[in-house]
Amino acid sequence: MYPAAFEYHAPTSVKDALKLLAKLKDDAKLLAGGHSLVPMMKLRLAQPGHLIDLRKVKGLSGIKEEKAALVIGAMTTHWAIESSKAAKAKLPVLAEVAGIIGDPAVRNKGTLGGSVAHADPAADWPAAMLALGAEMVCEGPKGKRTVKADDWFVGLMTTAAKGNEILTAIRVPVWPAGSGAAYMKFPHPASRFAVVGVCAAVTLDKQGVCTRAGVAVTGAGTRAVRARGVEAALTGKKLDAAAIEAAAQKAADGVDVQADLQGSVEYKAHLCRVFARRAISEAVKRAGG
Amino acid sequence: MKLPVKMTINGQTHSHEVEPRLLLVHYIREVIGLTGTHVGCDTSQCGACTILLDGQAVKACTLFAVQADGARIMTIEGLAKNGELHPIQMGFWEKHGLQCGFCTPGMIMAAYQLLERYPKPSEEQIRHQLEGNLCRCTGYHNIVKAIQWAADNMPAKR
Ligand SMILES: Cc1cc2nc3c(=O)[nH]c(=O)nc-3n(C[C@H](O)[C@H](O)[C@H](O)COP(=O)(O)OP(=O)(O)OC[C@H]3O[C@@H](n4cnc5c(N)ncnc54)[C@H](O)[C@@H]3O)c2cc1C
Ligand code: FES
Ligand code: FES
Repeated sequence: MYPAAFEYHAPTSVKDALKLLAKLKDDAKLLAGGHSLVPMMKLRLAQPGHLIDLRKVKGLSGIKEEKAALVIGAMTTHWAIESSKAAKAKLPVLAEVAGIIGDPAVRNKGTLGGSVAHADPAADWPAAMLALGAEMVCEGPKGKRTVKADDWFVGLMTTAAKGNEILTAIRVPVWPAGSGAAYMKFPHPASRFAVVGVCAAVTLDKQGVCTRAGVAVTGAGTRAVRARGVEAALTGKKLDAAAIEAAAQKAADGVDVQADLQGSVEYKAHLCRVFARRAISEAVKRAGG
Repeated sequence: MKLPVKMTINGQTHSHEVEPRLLLVHYIREVIGLTGTHVGCDTSQCGACTILLDGQAVKACTLFAVQADGARIMTIEGLAKNGELHPIQMGFWEKHGLQCGFCTPGMIMAAYQLLERYPKPSEEQIRHQLEGNLCRCTGYHNIVKAIQWAADNMPAKR
């Protein structure tokens, strides 16, 4: 399968990449790992006239440790996160999510930035970004700006990024001591994309009472969303099995669950509740509860 | 507009001018003439086109040749040395890890990375790491055994 012809650019700085974007506008697409874009180009679902490859742009990959956050370059691959010592030590759920995306070859090329910029409704990262409270750092002609994950995923494959911006990094806060997080998904048997995936993070105080919860659902609807009803039901409670079960019942509330080849609305809503229960239970266990 | 690309494939340097839309797998098979790397699904699912790019297993049907400019590539043809099969190839022979052989080059390249990352893999690790490689013949059982055989028979790293 051959994509439509295009011109290829490989700038070496964010500044040069932004200049190209400004000049070529909608006729250009940024290329990260290419594991969403190239298949779409081969099927001619996308036919950009120009590709701006970010692989040579300096400073876009790697994981930096800040005091209370990990700052992950947009071009950091899933495998780099899966195998990162910093991630495993500070936010092991990131390595857990990365390690069950697609397959090893997909993880070697696909990037965190590409995934959150693409905003596939079945992608894994969006659930983790929402549950953990990540922020996206974008650079455009007017400089840098930061967008909260809550404001980032606006619709089906649509984000808050503007066409003349580049996502340069993702800032994921490290949760305090007494916290735990987990990601559980029902993978599509062929692609491993999430039919439904739930990421849950909780902080417990010394008495085992939940002081903060972040829960988000991907796969079920047109975009990943926070499960705010679940979060509210967890917060302020001792998280025993009954409390978790009661909270998980709200996992599909506010999700625009879509029926598709993988299942009906009822079935996918049921999966949201089941995987919410499993992810929250595991997060609580990891928090020491 | 054609662009120059230069890369090392199995230790040999190659330079050509290519259209940007030329896929790496077609560059390897049709321009270089190394047809051991196969095209199965052509949709990033089956892993028949798996090669090593700068030491990492990737699907060559999902990359453009221009993205590999400057890279070091190894294909299935680069494994045997002086007519002697690599331990992974030996494992597939010893354990009957193939039937039609179509998936085999990709399986072996995926296994190569697998054993670098997990030198003594459990059966579960092998199966998880091969999720991107489909086989329509063997039922995977003997492929797992072939890789276990290779793990047991790899020469110690110098
Ligand atoms: C066989 C297969 C299985 C997969 N399974 C899964 C899975 O189980 N779970 C999952 O979550 N994903 C899965 N994926 C998708 C994979 O994770 C992709 O790699 C990822 O979604 C996109 O990342 P990328 O780096 O490849 O982006 P690309 O394909 O290069 O880009 C995707 C889009 O984002 C834009 N973009 C990229 N980088 C930036 C940037 N820095 N700033 C602004 N825009 C940008 C591009 O212009 C493009 O529109 C799978 C893919 C394949 C091929
Ligand atoms: S031909 Fe590349 S993955 Fe199937
Ligand atoms: S041996 Fe025939 S496809 Fe694997």
